[in-house]
Amino acid sequence: MANTAALTGINGLRDIRRSPASHLAGAMEAGSIEGTVTLSEGPFQTMAGVRVDPRSEEGARIASVAGGLPARCGEVAGTDRVTVLWLGPQEFLVVAPEEAHDSLGGDLIGSLTAALGDAPGQVVDLSANRTTFELSGPRARAVLEKGCSLDLHPRSFTPGTALNTEVGNIPVVLLKTGDDSFRLFPRASFADYLGRWLLDAMREFASPEVP
Amino acid sequence: MLLISCPNCGSRDETEFHYGGQAHVPYPENPNDLNDREWAEYLFYRANTKGTFAERWVHSTGCRQWFNMLRDTVTYDIQAVYPMGTPRPASAAPAPESGTASLAPDSTTTGTAGPSVSATSSASTTAPKGATK
Ligand SMILES: [Zn+2]
Repeated sequence: MANTAALTGINGLRDIRRSPASHLAGAMEAGSIEGTVTLSEGPFQTMAGVRVDPRSEEGARIASVAGGLPARCGEVAGTDRVTVLWLGPQEFLVVAPEEAHDSLGGDLIGSLTAALGDAPGQVVDLSANRTTFELSGPRARAVLEKGCSLDLHPRSFTPGTALNTEVGNIPVVLLKTGDDSFRLFPRASFADYLGRWLLDAMREFASPEVP
Repeated sequence: MLLISCPNCGSRDETEFHYGGQAHVPYPENPNDLNDREWAEYLFYRANTKGTFAERWVHSTGCRQWFNMLRDTVTYDIQAVYPMGTPRPASAAPAPESGTASLAPDSTTTGTAGPSVSATSSASTTAPKGATK
């Protein structure tokens, strides 16, 4: 029987919420090799799917709320707290910390919706659509390269760029956040698969290198 | 594995794309005027070209945008990538034959000479590759 007290108020709901890879938290901790490659889930980010013509007036209004709209594949826009990823010429994913969600005191979805107004386009709350994996460490690129055919070498994939592609045969948005750190956004239903895939790909780095 | 050049994203693996069949098959102007045979031909009849073929692709795990492509169905050579809604570009000069000589003599049986695909675009009626020699 559910604890009815926990259901009162949104903060109660928050306590019983489970992220798509929460069952892998222990495995991710055990599989992370400090100083080599680490994996963790950053759950519950606020995400909004935006479809708008970036050259239009409504596009400019959305851009002013989100902190800009990326103009082409690979580009990332946004502010300190908001990241705007390019999904297509007129399709964007706005990612912000959990507390930016309207139900937790923020106003991200509402302000984007208001910015769009009645103009053609859409703003959809996709916070439950994807989860976030943080993969970092000097071997993070080697892990990704086992299942991603893009050129991930720093000369072509620089921090602050994001690409829509496949990792481990499933579609993800791959954001490079630093020299050795990546953020992967898989759909929630792929979180278990991708989490286990990454753990498997990381495993060899736990052993001493064979000379 | 084909390496397909998405107009928005650049070169990506074929697995990121989905195939959309023959390009330039316009929706009939007055569908109600078609008899069953013509409607069936619009729905189901497609050219089975051996050689340069205009086809649609969508970058399904990337930008999710459709585009057209001219591809040689024998050599898999991608000759052109062009936006939806634009006419088929002039076919590139016949690609040099590379080990497909044995295929050439019978290639005149392909192309769109088959059932009258009346509703489909004339764009796909260029001569099959073997016939250009
Ligand atoms: Zn693309």
